[in-house]
Amino acid sequence: MAVSKRIVLRFPKRMVDRPIIYRLVKDYDLEFNILKASITPEQEGVMVLELKGNQAEYDKGIEFLLKAGVKIQSLGQDVTRNEERCTHCGACVTICPSGAFRLDPKTRLIIFDNEKCIACGLCIPACPPHAMEVHF
Amino acid sequence: MAKTIDEINEKIKAGRAVVFTAEEIIDITREKGIKRTAQEVDVVTTGTFGIMCSSGAYFNVGHAKPRIKLGGGRAYLNDVPAYTGLAAADLFLGANALPDDDPRNRVHPGEFNYGGGHVIEDLVAGRDVRLVATAYGTDCYPRKHLETLINIQDMNEAVLFNVRNAYQNYNVAVNLSDKTIYTYMGVLKPKMGNINYSSAGQLSPLFNDPYYKTIGIGTRIFLGGGTGYVAWQGTQHNPGVPRTEKGVPKSGAGTLAVIGDLKQMSPRWLVGASVLGYGCSLTVGVGVPIPILNEEILQYTTVTDADIYAQVIDYADAYPQRKPDIVAEVTYAELKSGRVKIKGKDVPTASRSSYPKAVEIATILKEWIRAGKFLLTASVAPLPGAESGMAFKSLQERPIENEQEV
Repeated sequence: MAVSKRIVLRFPKRMVDRPIIYRLVKDYDLEFNILKASITPEQEGVMVLELKGNQAEYDKGIEFLLKAGVKIQSLGQDVTRNEERCTHCGACVTICPSGAFRLDPKTRLIIFDNEKCIACGLCIPACPPHAMEVHF
Repeated sequence: MAKTIDEINEKIKAGRAVVFTAEEIIDITREKGIKRTAQEVDVVTTGTFGIMCSSGAYFNVGHAKPRIKLGGGRAYLNDVPAYTGLAAADLFLGANALPDDDPRNRVHPGEFNYGGGHVIEDLVAGRDVRLVATAYGTDCYPRKHLETLINIQDMNEAVLFNVRNAYQNYNVAVNLSDKTIYTYMGVLKPKMGNINYSSAGQLSPLFNDPYYKTIGIGTRIFLGGGTGYVAWQGTQHNPGVPRTEKGVPKSGAGTLAVIGDLKQMSPRWLVGASVLGYGCSLTVGVGVPIPILNEEILQYTTVTDADIYAQVIDYADAYPQRKPDIVAEVTYAELKSGRVKIKGKDVPTASRSSYPKAVEIATILKEWIRAGKFLLTASVAPLPGAESGMAFKSLQERPIENEQEV
């Protein structure tokens, strides 16, 4: 069975110079799409990935990452909307490159679908009441 | 049969007033016809909730012991400078004011995380703010320095006074250049990558009374979650613009200056705003009741998004350079569909003004009136209409040397 998941990887300092992603492709035949990466030598690295492949291989790949010391988090947990502050104006709708915000044509409320969110962060400063929060 | 505001108020006091929102009245009138609806309905409520930059508040903070004369000195609320050109204990704070050390657009686009609008929100929310002031000292006001926490409840007066709100129609913004721009109409992507608008359309107060037949100076309104009044026509009031057959202005026209006691308002309806690359502001909730005095007034309140046109303006060149060029004219019905076709391109739309919150404001006002808690006022003077000849002037610059020769 094929799976496709969006995950956040956190690399400790000591691992930043190791070819981790290469091993995912080579040993577990996983397809990856880098959505965001911030890797600097001598510092903790963060990478947001979309990872696709066979379920069994995917699980093994994740196990490999965990054993190697990479911390893994699902992406949806990282960008949240503060419902108290959101005014449902809609400023975010055309800012988001992945279509995570959409307008409910009936209620005209703005729906945030964090499954579609790629955690690029563009909505964070573009939201006038600062309702979008990122927790990297 | 025509009604009077007094008659409507009698019905409100008796809990018998028939009230609908400007959205609901459209279908009701379609169903029952103008004549019957005008007889049955007493009030139509409107609403809008958007970033309104020409907003502010004035405060009387009380006299310190020993006394300090803030007038002519400097005063800051949470590091945001307030205007001190008034007497000893009065301050005015505008929504766009920024702390002296805010980096502004030095690294473009600036984030503008905290400014005057945010101070107003904090005060309304009942949070303490830091008042820091310096003064030059006089015999009767000897003090030169003041640092204290202050709460809205400690102040003698805290009054929201917005010199321009509730614009009757507004530009719709695009960017025809090849780089992203950061405007008060939001982030605009290059080559017309998006189109931003900012009006509640069919629910917006002045669209429902396009000739200001009932809304005038002294009209009691919903303001920031409490009650307020129309104080005057707003700045840039421009009633003489071209209109459709139904009287709907085709570009920015009338505006309202509004006033009300900040102490009875709510942070739910006064929200500090940060406009990326532009500045700080305040999102304001305004709702205006329209007494259905006759069929003509009802007819105006049945305006729909399809009846309202707005001009699409290029904010990369035409707007900043004050050129008269218009990219296109679109209706609010098209804008609210999520996509509009302009010059053969399918462009996604986004709103700067919250329609669901506008509906909520009109609904709250409707409930207040139905419950007998909110009586209507007759205006004490009308807003200037097209016949006044009042027109929006641009600044004609004159070299200062020439002036000195005169």
